[in-house]
Amino acid sequence: MDMITIPAVNMTPIMPEIFLSVLAMALLLINVFVPSGQKSYIGYISFIGVIAAAVLVGTGWGMHVESFNGAVVQDNFASFFKMIFLLAAGLAILISDQYMVREECNHGELYPLILFTVVGMMLMAAGTDLMTIFLGLEVMSVSLYVLAGFNRENRKSNEAGLKYFLLGAFSTGFLLYGMALTYGATGSTRIADIATFAAQQSLPSSNVMLLAGMLLMITGFAFKVAAAPFHMWTPDVYEGAPTPMTAFMSAGPKAAGFAAALRILLVSFSTMQADWSQLFWVLAVLTMTVGNITALRQDNIKRMLAYSSIAHAGYCLVGFTAGNPTGTAGIMFYMLSYTFMNIGAFAIIVLVGKKGEPNGNVMDFAGFGFKHPALAVAMSIFLFSLAGMPPTAGFIGKFYLFSGAIQKGYIWLAVIGVLNSAASVYYYLRVMVYMYMKEPTEEFDWLQVSAPIALSLLISVTGTLVLGVVPSIVLQYAQEAIKLI
Amino acid sequence: MIPNSLPILTILVFLPLACCLLLLPAWKRPRLAFSLALASMLLELALTVGLFASWKGLAAVQTALPGFLLLEDRSWIEAFGIRYTLGLDGISLLMVMLTAFSFCVAILVSWRAIKERAVLFLVLLLAMETGIMGVFLSLDLALFYLFWEVMLIPMFFLIGVWGHGRRIYSTIKFFLFTLFGSLLMLLAIIALHLFHAQQTGVVTFALHALLKTTLAPHTQLWLYAAFFLAFAIKFPLFPVHTWLPDAHTDAPTAGSVILAGLLLKTGSYGLIRFGYPLFPQAAHILTPLFYTLALIGIIYASLVAFAQEDMKRLIAYSSIGHMGFVAIGIAAWQPVALSGSIIQMANHGVTTGALFCLVGMLDERAHTREIAAFGGLWGKTPLWSFFFLFFSLASVGLPGLNNFVGEFLILAGTMKSSPLVAALAFGGIVLTLIYMVRLVQEVCFQEERQPLELTDLVPRELCLLALVALLNLWMGVHPAPLLDLIRTPVRLLIGGGP
Repeated sequence: MDMITIPAVNMTPIMPEIFLSVLAMALLLINVFVPSGQKSYIGYISFIGVIAAAVLVGTGWGMHVESFNGAVVQDNFASFFKMIFLLAAGLAILISDQYMVREECNHGELYPLILFTVVGMMLMAAGTDLMTIFLGLEVMSVSLYVLAGFNRENRKSNEAGLKYFLLGAFSTGFLLYGMALTYGATGSTRIADIATFAAQQSLPSSNVMLLAGMLLMITGFAFKVAAAPFHMWTPDVYEGAPTPMTAFMSAGPKAAGFAAALRILLVSFSTMQADWSQLFWVLAVLTMTVGNITALRQDNIKRMLAYSSIAHAGYCLVGFTAGNPTGTAGIMFYMLSYTFMNIGAFAIIVLVGKKGEPNGNVMDFAGFGFKHPALAVAMSIFLFSLAGMPPTAGFIGKFYLFSGAIQKGYIWLAVIGVLNSAASVYYYLRVMVYMYMKEPTEEFDWLQVSAPIALSLLISVTGTLVLGVVPSIVLQYAQEAIKLI
Repeated sequence: MIPNSLPILTILVFLPLACCLLLLPAWKRPRLAFSLALASMLLELALTVGLFASWKGLAAVQTALPGFLLLEDRSWIEAFGIRYTLGLDGISLLMVMLTAFSFCVAILVSWRAIKERAVLFLVLLLAMETGIMGVFLSLDLALFYLFWEVMLIPMFFLIGVWGHGRRIYSTIKFFLFTLFGSLLMLLAIIALHLFHAQQTGVVTFALHALLKTTLAPHTQLWLYAAFFLAFAIKFPLFPVHTWLPDAHTDAPTAGSVILAGLLLKTGSYGLIRFGYPLFPQAAHILTPLFYTLALIGIIYASLVAFAQEDMKRLIAYSSIGHMGFVAIGIAAWQPVALSGSIIQMANHGVTTGALFCLVGMLDERAHTREIAAFGGLWGKTPLWSFFFLFFSLASVGLPGLNNFVGEFLILAGTMKSSPLVAALAFGGIVLTLIYMVRLVQEVCFQEERQPLELTDLVPRELCLLALVALLNLWMGVHPAPLLDLIRTPVRLLIGGGP
C-alpha cells in the first residue's frame, strides 16, 4: 500500500495568518456565550491579538522564506504591508466599540470579521501565486461586505453592504477572468513563472491573451482600490457603512489591493512595464482629478472623505506609473501615513456624530474648535496631513511619490498631481473654517471620549507627526521592503 | 562645517515654538500669556540685536561657506539627502532682525485689541515666528520649503479667526494662492535635486551643492519659472497680487503687520537667495518680464490705491507699489540696486507695519476705517496724526527717513543698466506721493465730517510708535551699518569676487 507522504511544509510565513484565523474562530465561539452588554471584551481581546500578530510579523523582518511550493512568501515587502493592515485593524477596533454601542448594533461578530479581513489582506500581500492572492482577496472581500452592512437596522448601511457586494463580485469576476487568461497564456499561476514566461517572449505585449489577462487583472484591482473610472461604488458604500468600518475600508483593503497589484505587476509583468505605465498614467490622472473635483462639492463629511480617498488612491497610482523603487517605496510609505491620518479623521467623525448620524455634514462642525480644542487640533493635524502640508506624514508621502514620478520623467503627471493637491486643500480647509471660524450652533454636550478612542487618536496623531518630522525611522524599512521585489 | 558650541540659529528658530508650550499652562490667563509671549519675543529680538552687534567679530572667523557668519548642519532625512542646514549671512541677519522686531510690534499692537481666544492667538503668532525665522535661515531647499509652507498655517487661522469683513473668503484665497505657487516650486526643487543626483551621484538638497548643477537652458527656464511664480505670488507681482488687498484688509492688525512686514519679504528674499543664484541665465532671460511686471505693479497699484475708500486697503495697495521697487532692484541684479532692494525690504517692513498699526489703532477707537468718516484728526488726536504724517512721509520717501535710502539706491543702481525703467519707476514715486498726501490731508486736515469721540494714543501705543519712528529715522539718517552688513553677501551673490 502506498503511503501518502505529507510534504514538509514550512508554516513560518503564514504564522500571523494562522494565529489570527484561530483567534477569530475562537472569538466567534466565545461570542455566543458573552452577554450582549459585554461585547467590548471581544474587541479588547481582538486588539491584543492584533498586537500579538504584529509582533509575529515583526520577528520575521529581514527573513526570506518561501513556502507551500512557492505559493506564499515571507519577505519584507509582505511584512511591511502586513504591518499596515494590522495598524488599520487595530485602530478600527479601537474606534468601533463606542460607535457600535451608540448605534445599538454592538454584535460581537464585528471583531472576528475584522480579523478575517486582515487574514485575507495578509494573504494578498504574501501571495506569490495568483490563486493565493485570489483566495486572500475573497476572504477579505466577503468579510468586508458583511462589515459594510453591519448596522442591519440602518437602511443606508444595508444599501452599502448590498452595493459593495454586487460591485465587488462583479470586479472579482474581472480579476478571476484575467487570472484565467494569464494562466492560459503562460501555463502557470506562479508569479515567478509568469515572469519567466514573459521574459522569454521577444515582445510579450504582442501575446494577446497575456495582455488581456494583465488588463483584466488591473481592472479588478482598480475596482478594489477605487480608482476612477471604477470608483462609483465608493461614496455610497463609505457613506452608508458604519463609520469605523469606513475608516478601516479606506485604509486596509486599499493597501492590500496595492500590495497584490504591485507584486504581480513588478514581478510578473516587469517586462511589460512600458505598457502598463501608460495605462496607470491615465488611471492616476483620472482618479486624482475625479476624486478631488467631486470632493469639492460634498457636504456630507463621510462622502467628502470617500472622494478624498479616491484622490489619495490616485496619488498612489502616480507611484505605480513611476514603477521605480522610489515610487514603490513611496506607495508603501504613503499607505502607512494614510492609515494614520485617515482613520484619525474618522475617529473624530465617530465622536462628533449622534446616534444615526443625523449630523454628518461639514456644517455640523461649526464652532467645534473652541468647544473641544484638543479634538479639533487633532482633526486639524489629520486634515493638514491629508492636504499634504508639512510637517506631517502626508507631505513626506506626496514628496516621495512625486519624486518617483519626476525621476522617471513623468513631469506632467507630477504637475497634475500637485495641482490636484492644491485643489484638495480647499475642501480640507473648509472643515477647519467651520471648526474655527464659524459660530457654534451646537454645544457638543453629547460628546464623550472613551478610552479606546483616546488611545487611537493618540496613536494616529503621533504617527502623523512622527512620520512627518522624522520619517527616516520608517523610510529605511520601506526601502528595505522593496529590495526583494 | 565648523560646529558651533551653542546652536544659536536653532535657538533663534525654535525659541518661539518652545514658548508655545510654556503658554499652555496659562490657557486661562490671557494677560500672563501675553507677558510671556512678549518676553520671548523680546528675548528673540535681543538675540538678533546681539548678533548684529557682534557680526564683525563673527565675520572674522571663516565658516565653511564664504560670507556666512554662522552655520549649523545636521543630518535629518538621510534617505532623501535632506539635511537640517541653517546659515546666517548679512542679508538673513537683517531679515531676522526685521522678523524679531515686527513680531514685537505685532504683539504690542494686539495687546488690547485681541480679547477673545487670546492664548491661541499668541500660540499661532509664535508658531508663525518660527516659520518665518526658518525661511530666512534655511540653506537646504527641502528645509526651506518646509518652513515656507508651515508659515501659511498660522496665518490662515490668524486671518480667519480674528479677521474682519470677508475674513473667510480672504484667508482661503490667501492660502490657495500661495500654496498653488509653492507646490510647483516643490516640483522644481525635486527636479533640480534629481538633476544634481544624476550628474554627480550625490543626493542632496543643499543650496551650495545645487548651485553647481549644470542645466540645459530650457530646463533652467522651466525650473526658474516655477520658483519665480512661487516668489511672485508672495511678492506680490502683478497679476498674481489679488490675494493681497483682501488678506491685508481683513486680517487683524497684527496679521497685517506680519503680512506686509515679513511674508512679502519671504518672496523677495527667496528670489535673492535661491531664484537668481540657482538659475542665473534663466533669470537674466526673464529680466525684461520681471521689470515689466514690477513697473505695471507700481503704476497700477498706485492708481488703484488712489481710488480706495478704506484706509487699510489703500495701504495694502501701497505695499504692492513699494514691493515693485524692491522687484526692480532685484531685476537689475547689480550691487547698488540689490543693496537698495534689501535695505528697502527692511524699510518697507518698518514703515508699512507702523502704518497698519496706526490704522488699527484708529479702527479700535472709531470702528471704521473709511477715509470719508474722518477729517480734522490733527486737532482731535494730535499724537496719532503726527505719527500718521511721519510714517506717510517715510512711505513716500522723504529724505532723512528710511524709504528714501532704499528707493534712492534702487533707482541709482537701475539707472546704470536700464535708465528707462528707472525713469518710469520714478514716476511711480510721484504717484505714491499723490495718494499718500491725499490720504493724510483727508484724514488729518479736512473739516470734521462725522462727530467721533476719539481718544488719543495711550502710553503703550505712544512708546511703540516712538520706538518705530526712531528706528525709522536712524535707518534713514545713518544706514551705513546696515549697508556694511549686507555688502559682502551682495558682492558674493552677484559674483564680483570676494
